[in-house]
Amino acid sequence: MRPIPPPPPLHARWSGLRLLEAGLGAWTVVVFLFLYLPILVLVVYSFNASRLNVVWEGFTLDWYGRLWDDTRIMRALKNSLIVAGCTTVLSVALGTVGAWLLHRYRYRFGRTLQTLIAVPMIMPEIVMGISLLVLFTTVGLKLGFLTVIVAHTTFCFPFVLIAVQARLQGMDPALEEAAMDLGATPVRAFLLVIVPYLRPAILSGALMAFTLSLDELIVTFFTASAQVATLPLLVFGMAKVGLNPMLNALSVLFIVATVAFVLFSEHLRRLGRRAP
Amino acid sequence: MPSAAVIEIREVTKCFGSFTAVDGVSLDVAAGEFLTLLGPSGCGKTTLLRMLSGFETPTRGALRIDGEDVTHLAPYRRNVNQVFQSYALFPHLTVAENIAFGLRMQKVPAAEIERRVGEVIDLVALGGFSARRPHELSGGQRQRVALARAIVPRPKVLLLDEPLSALDAKLRQQMQLELKRLQRHLGMTFVFVTHDQEEALTMSDRIAVFNRGRVEQIGSPSDIYHHPRTTFVADFIGEANLLRAEALSRTPAAVRLRVEGGLEVEIPAERWPSDWTSGVVSLRPEKILVSKRPIGDAAGFTARVTDELFQGALDRLHLQTESGTRLTALVANESALREAIHAGDTVWCGVHSDDVAVVGPA
Repeated sequence: MRPIPPPPPLHARWSGLRLLEAGLGAWTVVVFLFLYLPILVLVVYSFNASRLNVVWEGFTLDWYGRLWDDTRIMRALKNSLIVAGCTTVLSVALGTVGAWLLHRYRYRFGRTLQTLIAVPMIMPEIVMGISLLVLFTTVGLKLGFLTVIVAHTTFCFPFVLIAVQARLQGMDPALEEAAMDLGATPVRAFLLVIVPYLRPAILSGALMAFTLSLDELIVTFFTASAQVATLPLLVFGMAKVGLNPMLNALSVLFIVATVAFVLFSEHLRRLGRRAP
Repeated sequence: MPSAAVIEIREVTKCFGSFTAVDGVSLDVAAGEFLTLLGPSGCGKTTLLRMLSGFETPTRGALRIDGEDVTHLAPYRRNVNQVFQSYALFPHLTVAENIAFGLRMQKVPAAEIERRVGEVIDLVALGGFSARRPHELSGGQRQRVALARAIVPRPKVLLLDEPLSALDAKLRQQMQLELKRLQRHLGMTFVFVTHDQEEALTMSDRIAVFNRGRVEQIGSPSDIYHHPRTTFVADFIGEANLLRAEALSRTPAAVRLRVEGGLEVEIPAERWPSDWTSGVVSLRPEKILVSKRPIGDAAGFTARVTDELFQGALDRLHLQTESGTRLTALVANESALREAIHAGDTVWCGVHSDDVAVVGPA
């Protein structure tokens, strides 16, 4: 049998295709530059000795040092972590229990309830901020940690709830029955069997809630007092006065923290997949 | 057979909306008995099992387990355990932790938990797997873990909800034997739900045949098979030729029947209600003796073989009598020693009166 010669490569046959491919490649590069160049510039200038962002005067770690010494920034960071931490804990508790109750029991207005829970996720933040402020002043609640945490929880916990609900969809209903059959009360069955099963979803929901709370600006603006100003609020105020290389350094730290966070949660997710 | 009812089911009814899943069932299960609830899907057998485990509450009626009224008792307060169809193993726990779960809930001391879990792991032949997670096991191994987890708290009753349905045929047969052996070894009361009649016949001490929420018949496997009392039972378990019969004459001891197709046979009078003039009888295909010549003075009828289907060990013969009645007979595969019967032959079919089961009114 005579061997069949291989067809000529696609490129050789249509040079037009090659041109298109090059064009698309270039376009991809442009898009990524657009996305990441500003961040790159920011990182670079956070090490710039000049006070001005536009001139390069040499490498320094000075801005990072000054960040550390700035009591206002450090206090705002502490506030942010307190708020995000409390919000995450509350969101996980509300979201997980809420998802379980919605999944496990039938309610007359279950569907409506589901929609109402999701609304704060898509509600314009300015509307949320103003309405919460009105609510807090009406009931006579003084603005402080409590008000910010309550405000953040209202839009963070639905993310936990939805993540947990997705995982519950695939759960064998006999799992809870097996636990109860072996002598676990409904509460113990929930804590000992259902929660461990939901752990990956709870963790990813918690990370989502933490991140959302950490960089929330508008709702915080309406519901925080000056004493509990969070980092985004402070940065916003500082940027209005003028760009400060310290802000570049702060942003870089934020980026590093976020990336580390995402990598960590990915790692957890992979661990979870190995033992589903 | 062991005595003393460990489960007493009294007039239990369960309705879901307008649908009656279980309809006035009364049943006793003796201690140490292997009882199978058998029936097609949707017949109420699983609902009855779930009322025993406590996941459903009867609409009417009462349930007693070991003398205690459990009709409204929560599942976690009952001294029964269940093997689930999906096994429902806890995915985040190891084999040993899964098995220990029930003992932990009972606050059994750690040393005793370890000992009892070790024992049961040996019993179900899972040695060496105790540190594995459920997803690292085969289907058969998961089944054993589910079984071990349910028996280790030593329940009064073990409930099994189609536990073998997810296994392949060969493994299922092996597990049937092992389950039966385990049940004898433990002397535990088993209530087993299945839709597989062969499984039920192989394993059970008694079978309760369910249909439309009611128990059609309850009895030993051979009783159910040989003496079905309703057309449903005759048809659902094994194969049956269901034929109309008329009472020709009656003496205090016997009733003479003429069965559709020409058979005339005399059966004991107590099997035929005195007020019936006609009814339906069941003839098992393998109980029909097919021959070219009548044998002795046995009751029989003649028929033509319309089809002959080779089925390996058995030959399936489709028969048609002169009056047009169609029947099926199963005969052992031909041996050179036996007379050959082929499609088109006219044959004599012998039937013993013991093999004529009265299954219902016409």
